[in-house]
Amino acid sequence: MKWGRLFAFLLMVAAIIGVTAGTVPQVWKSIPLGLDLRGGVDLLYAVDTPKGQSLSDSGRQALLKAVEMRVNSLGVSSPSIDLEGKNQLGQDQIRVQVAGVKNQQEAVQVIGATAQLAIYGDATVDKKTGKITPVGAPLATGADLKSNAKWVVDQQDGKNAVAIEFKQAQKWIDITKEYVGKPIFVFLNGQLLTDPVIQQVMYSGSSEISGGSLTTPQACMALANELNAGALPYPLTLESETSVGPSLGQTSLQRTMVAGLIAIIIIFAFMMFVYRLAGLIADIALVAYGYLTLLVFSGLHVVLTLSGLAALVLGVGIAVDANIITYERIKDEMRNGRSLRSAVRVGNKNALRTIVDSNATTFIAGAVMYIFGGQGDVRGFAVALMVGIIVSLLTAVLLSRLMLLTFTASGVVRRPWWYGVGKGVLKQHETQV
Amino acid sequence: MKPRFNIVRLSKWFFMLSGAITVAGIIVFALFGFNLSTDFKAGSRIQFQLNQQVPDARVRQMFQSVGLTIGDTGLTVGGIERNVAIVTLPEQLSAKQIAAIQTAEHKFFPNAKQDIQVNSVDPFVAQQTARKAIWAVLAAAVCIVIYVAIRFEFRFAIAGIIALLHDAFIVLAAFALLRREVDLTFVAALLTIVGYSINDTIVIFDRIRENVKIHKPDNIEALREVVNKSLWQTMTRSINTVFTVLVAAVILYFFGGVSIRNFTFALIIGLISGAYSSIFIASPIWVAWRGRSMRKHKAVTNEASAQ
Repeated sequence: MKWGRLFAFLLMVAAIIGVTAGTVPQVWKSIPLGLDLRGGVDLLYAVDTPKGQSLSDSGRQALLKAVEMRVNSLGVSSPSIDLEGKNQLGQDQIRVQVAGVKNQQEAVQVIGATAQLAIYGDATVDKKTGKITPVGAPLATGADLKSNAKWVVDQQDGKNAVAIEFKQAQKWIDITKEYVGKPIFVFLNGQLLTDPVIQQVMYSGSSEISGGSLTTPQACMALANELNAGALPYPLTLESETSVGPSLGQTSLQRTMVAGLIAIIIIFAFMMFVYRLAGLIADIALVAYGYLTLLVFSGLHVVLTLSGLAALVLGVGIAVDANIITYERIKDEMRNGRSLRSAVRVGNKNALRTIVDSNATTFIAGAVMYIFGGQGDVRGFAVALMVGIIVSLLTAVLLSRLMLLTFTASGVVRRPWWYGVGKGVLKQHETQV
Repeated sequence: MKPRFNIVRLSKWFFMLSGAITVAGIIVFALFGFNLSTDFKAGSRIQFQLNQQVPDARVRQMFQSVGLTIGDTGLTVGGIERNVAIVTLPEQLSAKQIAAIQTAEHKFFPNAKQDIQVNSVDPFVAQQTARKAIWAVLAAAVCIVIYVAIRFEFRFAIAGIIALLHDAFIVLAAFALLRREVDLTFVAALLTIVGYSINDTIVIFDRIRENVKIHKPDNIEALREVVNKSLWQTMTRSINTVFTVLVAAVILYFFGGVSIRNFTFALIIGLISGAYSSIFIASPIWVAWRGRSMRKHKAVTNEASAQ
């Protein structure tokens, strides 16, 4: 027996269990949970359609798209957005539910805010009130711009500005051609923002807006974000704001947690029953898997939803599978007549290729789901799946292997029985081939 | 594990079994479609405030008494004091039904703070999510084909994808046949099954690849023998792995929350199908295909030598 190796092995076990038991509550608390698991805030907006008009099918689609983009810009996971029946005034209503209540104020602001940018060729000043109102139809609106507005610092005067780009460069060329030497009037939400004089024809289709309230980088970024989110086709007014419970239900969640715990205990017991001491090592590696995944989730600020949890459970399955593949390989190697120590080494090596190929395939599936899944549930699943696979490779392969090799090298046990290899196995191998 | 029977030789029965379930699923799906929940279907939203915390079971009873069943995920609790019940139903309510619910509310909760408010609901994000999920799975399938074709062989790639789509389809068919409610959690379950299915299949393919390299079978009989052997060599692993994940799914189904029961049910069906298809569908497809091209190749070389 080599005491040094045994000590190293016991140290690893103690470190994993100690760190996990000591810090898991804090880590768990720092993971934001999604709407379905924790609940959030429920916002009801009325749609202010022009008098006498009702919401057309295309108008409804555009409105829902715009709201969805705004909610997504908050960075919350899987919002619920529904169009609801009319209120007492006959207005259509939109209900938005977002997870968590921390960003409640921000959410209310971002969803309802409209950045209605319009450029006019002429404007009049009301002599009494001093209010400036546009004349005629707008030359261009926010809808003509690409969604890539951003804050810039003007090269010449060093002022903060918002860089904008027209979807069709020709439109801006035509406008600047017509108004060269004349002022144009840029209105934001009905207020005159700036009235620059066009100096020359702008052929690039891009431009900058500055002046008015756009003095700070923050103000410029806010406007850029609002422009990029797309103008709401109709203004929205907030009707109600309520906190809601998790859509999966509080009691339901508690029961699920308990059931999950029972499942984990059974899986642990099964691994120890079938693979004995090797199974115990796999179980310890699984503890490390669970802990590291939670740590990564907490570090990346990934919002955990049911689909994310499902991916983590799949990750547990993949991690267990990696251990089972390895141990079955070790048994195979012993059947082929290898000694325990060499079987452990060769078995690990041979199993690795299988595990890497199967996990790489699943990882690719996750990566593609991430790219094509858009925001929300699909992406949440994909992130959790990718994290799960990487952590599973680290723990169920590297860590588990290191522990198994160290433990085997310590020579504490010599009988293959401790690795789940039955007495019959060694004799079986003639009939197997 | 010792070979108990020849899997490859019996493969036509497995193809027929999967084919039968698929056809039955398509027929039921064509006739009745899915039993969609409010997550995907326009429906109604009923909200009312009580003077107490919302009692889950009693609210369900209240709707049951007027002949309406709340789906597993159809009841949400709102308000700071958790006293607002929000019920979504996958149907448009008639004036008569609304009146009946109102009467039931007075009967079940005489001290309720508020009468019911009824709204129609048009789900948007859920439909988008489902559509994105389908595209994501299809795109993932294409990329898996490319990777497996490079690392293994093109035939493995296609056989693996057929098994993957088979599993997704079996779950869809099971939900259509059993009239289980398809809600948003179903999307998460399908994604999980797709991930499991491909992972499980590749492990077996890896062993087949290895054995083919060692034994270099030169006729169909030898190829079948090698594949059959590979399947039995990996059988213990297949059984142990599917057992551990199934234990988790079954326990979550029976002891977990009611609201994820559809989710865990889909998982159970999908995990069984995923383990089954890797062994009994994907591998035999590969043998049949590889065997055919082997025969062709042989025919060509025979002709060449005859000339």
